Amino acid sequence: MTTGDLRSDLRAFILDRFPQADFRDDENIFELGFINSLFSVELVMFVEATLGVEVPNDDLTLENFESITSILALVARLRGVEPAMR
Amino acid sequence: MTTAIDCHAGGLDRTAARRFVDDHVIGAADAWDRDQQIPRAVLEQAAELGVFAAAVPVEHGGRSVSMRTLGDVHEELGRGCSSLRSLATVHTMVVWALGRWGSEDQRRRWLPALAPGETLAAFCLSEPEAGSDTTAIEATAEPRGEGWTINGTKTWITGGLLADLFLVFARTPTDGVLPFLVERGPGVLTAPLPDMLGTRASALARLTLTDVEVGPDALLGPSRFAPGLVMSSALDIGRYSVACGCVGILQACLEASVRYSRTRKVGGSLLSEHQLTQQKIANMVTATTAGRALCERAGVLKDARDEATVMATWVAKYYSSRAAAQAAADAVQLHGAVGCSPAHPVARYYRDAKVMEIIEGSTELQQITIAVSAAREVPA
Repeated sequence: MTTGDLRSDLRAFILDRFPQADFRDDENIFELGFINSLFSVELVMFVEATLGVEVPNDDLTLENFESITSILALVARLRGVEPAMR
Repeated sequence: MTTAIDCHAGGLDRTAARRFVDDHVIGAADAWDRDQQIPRAVLEQAAELGVFAAAVPVEHGGRSVSMRTLGDVHEELGRGCSSLRSLATVHTMVVWALGRWGSEDQRRRWLPALAPGETLAAFCLSEPEAGSDTTAIEATAEPRGEGWTINGTKTWITGGLLADLFLVFARTPTDGVLPFLVERGPGVLTAPLPDMLGTRASALARLTLTDVEVGPDALLGPSRFAPGLVMSSALDIGRYSVACGCVGILQACLEASVRYSRTRKVGGSLLSEHQLTQQKIANMVTATTAGRALCERAGVLKDARDEATVMATWVAKYYSSRAAAQAAADAVQLHGAVGCSPAHPVARYYRDAKVMEIIEGSTELQQITIAVSAAREVPA
């Protein structure tokens, strides 16, 4: 899966759960007011399924999951590649 | 989709659990219910089977069974005794949270004693004024040096009387509600909550924490992001276990009703020959099959690490708990006065099943969650 695919899949994943959400890739989704802990569990599982590995505890930070951009950066780092910039 | 393989289960599977329940649980569970406790010797037998090690990673002395197998085992425990299954549920919730979100030091410290049941664990979220509403949590954790001082009261704590390790959710001054691993010790008091409607042998307790001092290593989870994950994912495991236990109640109601109806005569004919009895039996068979299928789906999705398991588990628990309550009511009705007496376990099934509609997310909370999910999934 390319970074572009993952970007669109992440956006689709979030919009699937919160169709009313209107946000940029670099916008903090936790500050939009609709995120709950149930979604957090689903989001981590989604990212882990994408990676095929567990996200290490030390990487389970708010900063790593606060936006599509930060999640892409985390995935790229865990995959050992640089995220594609846009 | 991958399927987890139980290469380390060490004999812990549905067959072994069924044998254990048939040999050591079913004949004694009514007495445990009356005594409001399960003998230590039985808990040790359950520990030998691996019940408390099921979710512990192998490297820490556990069985690390698949979620499918865990569900099978908890269904069998639920078939025999919901109190015993409840103890396994809360222990597994804490063990799972430790294994998933704990630091290596926390895992090394706790899991080797939790696996054989030498240490039992309890999950402490509810308070007198805060059930599902975590925003109302009043227990506090104040920073003290490098550690914390915890004060507060937790209630409806399954396994609280037996536990030596408590996963306590407490409010901090700056980071909201955080999860803490609290060892039984100075300032930790547990008091029994007797004569509950159901699961009377589940060592239910009120936990009072008075100036309990814990170190920095008591905090479970690596960051501000983790507390919600710890709570929601542990509750998800608990919900799954309860759902599977409800299928066990359904199976127990079915078996009791079939046995009774083919020996009891009414108006010269066997109860089993009456169509109204057959309707009840048919409904129990269908509900048991459906509940088991929903639990299996949730378990398969968990083993595949598919996030769809979260909602699948809500659905499985919602359906199975309601179906168990209905089946237990029908089983009591079918047994007549016998079913209302302490001489038959269907009265216990009836009381236990009602509890299942309330714990790990009430029926009403499940309806809200499932309906909201449906609203977002159906396109405009």
